[in-house]
Amino acid sequence: MALLSIENLNLSIHGIDILRDVSMSVEAGKVLGVIGESGSGKSMTANAVMQLLPNGTDCSGTILLEGQNLLDLHEGQMNRLRGKDIGMVFQEPMTALNPVKTIGAQVAETLLIHKAASKPEALRIARETLNRVGLPEDRFPMSRYPHELSGGQRQRVVIAMAIALKPKLLIADEPTTALDVTTQAQILRLLKRLIQEDDMGLILITHDLAVVSDMADDMVIMQNGVVVEQGPAATLYRDMQHPYTKALFEASSHIPDRDYADERGADPLLEVRNVIRDYTLPRTKLFAAPGYFRAVNDVSFVINRGESLGLVGESGCGKSTLTRALLGLEPVQSGDILFDGDPVVKNGLVVPDIRRKMQVVFQDPYGSFNPRHKVSRLITEPYHLLPSSPTGADRDRAIAEALESVDMPASAAEKYIHEFSGGQRQRIAIARALIIRPELIILDEAVSALDVSVRAQVLDLLSDLSDRFGLTYLFISHDLSVVRAITDRVLVMKSGKVVERGATEDVFENPQHAYTKTLIDAAPQLPDVA
Amino acid sequence: MLRYSLKRFLSLLISLLVASIVIFVVIEIVPGDPATYMLGINAQEDTIAALREELGLNASKLERYWNWLSGMMVGDFGTSYTYRSPVNELIGDRIWVSLPLALIALTLSTAIAFPIGIIAASRRGSVTDMSVMGATQLGVAIPNFWFAMILVLIFAINLRWFASGGFPGWDEGVFAGLKALTLPAIALALPQASILARVMRTSLLDTLSEDFVRTARAKGLSKAKALRRHALRNALIPVLTIIGLQFSFMLAGAIIIENVFYLPGLGRLIFQSISQRDLIVVESVVMLLVFAVVLVNFFVDLTYALVDPRLRGRQ
Repeated sequence: MALLSIENLNLSIHGIDILRDVSMSVEAGKVLGVIGESGSGKSMTANAVMQLLPNGTDCSGTILLEGQNLLDLHEGQMNRLRGKDIGMVFQEPMTALNPVKTIGAQVAETLLIHKAASKPEALRIARETLNRVGLPEDRFPMSRYPHELSGGQRQRVVIAMAIALKPKLLIADEPTTALDVTTQAQILRLLKRLIQEDDMGLILITHDLAVVSDMADDMVIMQNGVVVEQGPAATLYRDMQHPYTKALFEASSHIPDRDYADERGADPLLEVRNVIRDYTLPRTKLFAAPGYFRAVNDVSFVINRGESLGLVGESGCGKSTLTRALLGLEPVQSGDILFDGDPVVKNGLVVPDIRRKMQVVFQDPYGSFNPRHKVSRLITEPYHLLPSSPTGADRDRAIAEALESVDMPASAAEKYIHEFSGGQRQRIAIARALIIRPELIILDEAVSALDVSVRAQVLDLLSDLSDRFGLTYLFISHDLSVVRAITDRVLVMKSGKVVERGATEDVFENPQHAYTKTLIDAAPQLPDVA
Repeated sequence: MLRYSLKRFLSLLISLLVASIVIFVVIEIVPGDPATYMLGINAQEDTIAALREELGLNASKLERYWNWLSGMMVGDFGTSYTYRSPVNELIGDRIWVSLPLALIALTLSTAIAFPIGIIAASRRGSVTDMSVMGATQLGVAIPNFWFAMILVLIFAINLRWFASGGFPGWDEGVFAGLKALTLPAIALALPQASILARVMRTSLLDTLSEDFVRTARAKGLSKAKALRRHALRNALIPVLTIIGLQFSFMLAGAIIIENVFYLPGLGRLIFQSISQRDLIVVESVVMLLVFAVVLVNFFVDLTYALVDPRLRGRQ
């Protein structure tokens, strides 16, 4: 008998159907990968198993855990079951822990809640569990607070909380999406080790096919609240049937069609010479000189006209600081940033004439727009960089052109940003960058928050725009596969320094620096299904 | 924690210094001579001169500021012109009315607001939530002096449970004193409790939608336990801020309530001093109230750090 089997689960919230006829099962000691894009219902399925559902939810079907139907249990029984028989790990490690309680207390609470141990005993087990998840006592005493830990370390604490009582089933909902590749690889290895040691079943929910491919025994592909395909991972990769599965797989390894820059010859557009950016640290002693943190350490590179340059590195490596410095948003302590031979910043002020040739698209398509303005106003924001901005019919024409160049209808100009999906918003963000005809666009994790199929479309759009308008890109990302797909050359950054640079394919095929090798090894790979 | 406390203490001292300068300068720039101003336009020349001498107005400004400041530090607030007695005695009598009144009102307001806010938040959208929030809306809207008069009408005039005003003094016994402060404290507390309950509810609702509450639920905590053990302490920061502000208000801003109930408190003292142009009393009482407010905020800051480890800095 399967450890958990979901049969014909239907779920609606306030009468709106979310899940239809969902069935899946997981065995003890096995991993079930649940894959889908946003809105596919994968997280809602997990929440239904935990019975942590919003008000107004209607559930029918069966969710059997070792033969017991969880939908028949009342809230009190579910409380006794959660944490004890089913543990859950969530996506956002930064916010998943209570900031005002120590990590020891939070792990011990799992045991105390279920009256599984006395207080000293619970603390002892909590200590052991933290050791098990790779947080040893000498460096991570139980008196630590969450804010003193990194994202990966916090995720380990969350995992410790979930497995402290050795549950039969562990549900991990996008457990590594918010983490760097090397951390992601560690957390996935940890999960795999834990389920083997404790003979747990694991439901691994993710949007990333590559993550599941290394881990899962069985796979379920979901779309719009329906399971479209499922089966053993080994055969499913070879033998995909449903068009959506195929589309998803293709989108994940999508390489846009583009002209490569080396045909165009070298004509430096942006030159970065020996740039150093220091942050002052808070004083540790009242009269001692404050220390500083060197976020960008002697970085030099050139972007040639028409080229697409990738910049990869993990969080904290200085890539975002460098972006802000390039845009003149932050002063640099030494070094030069030259655009077409002219400094971007003169006498501490950004030169508008140069700045307007550089535009930026940020990661978050939800947070980077003012929700109270219409799209027409949002995408004309860069006009303040022009000495005289177009008005009247000229302005309307420019708006329509910008929108149409990103495959959006001109009528979008009169709408507000909440009326658009994430992918559409990112198109609008690109239109905003395009409207004043820049030469260089800095894409700061611009496709990282998008679903794979949407990401593939946006990548196609970017390569098309680059060919049409002769745009130059600086493509900043932690996602190696995306960088590999769309850049000509790549820089690898670590701790503020560029540790490796070269033509993209060379670097990926034959990495020289140890760190680059680590990054490439850590990145999950899709199996070849040629 | 020690570093944080020292920093807050330093900022307390600086606030007090700045406040003392502002108060002194404001009293100084009141047009005309303080002595003339205090005695009125019909005063004799020699009376004014005598008062100037008595007030020490002939010394330089810096010297007078220093005398005032150093005097206060050793508890000498000068002598009231109108009452003909040392200001510290005047304050000493009245603070034992104002301080207990503020404390009782604060306790009452917190004791009412916390459960109401918590119940409303945990039953969001329910009939209980809506009726409680409706009631607090009313509580916020009603002016406290009007509410005070209604209380007098019901409990003093009709039911005769309490006196309609006045204060017998603590010499008459603790019970008699508390009894006299009951109606004023309720009148002060209820509108504040309404505000506090609303803040508590909003803050708690925000916290309840945080990820870590969901994590707690996934561990097996019931809704109520997750609220009590995880959400509540995190929701306290904005609530503490409001409590700090309310205590200051109740101590310094009880003027109207003290007048309604004829209570010999600081509020009435400052009210009377202003109408009698007794600038020395005004200056000193205002400084004292500033001191109280700054001190309360200092304690609120320390409580923040107790509640939230992120503010304590690195050990």
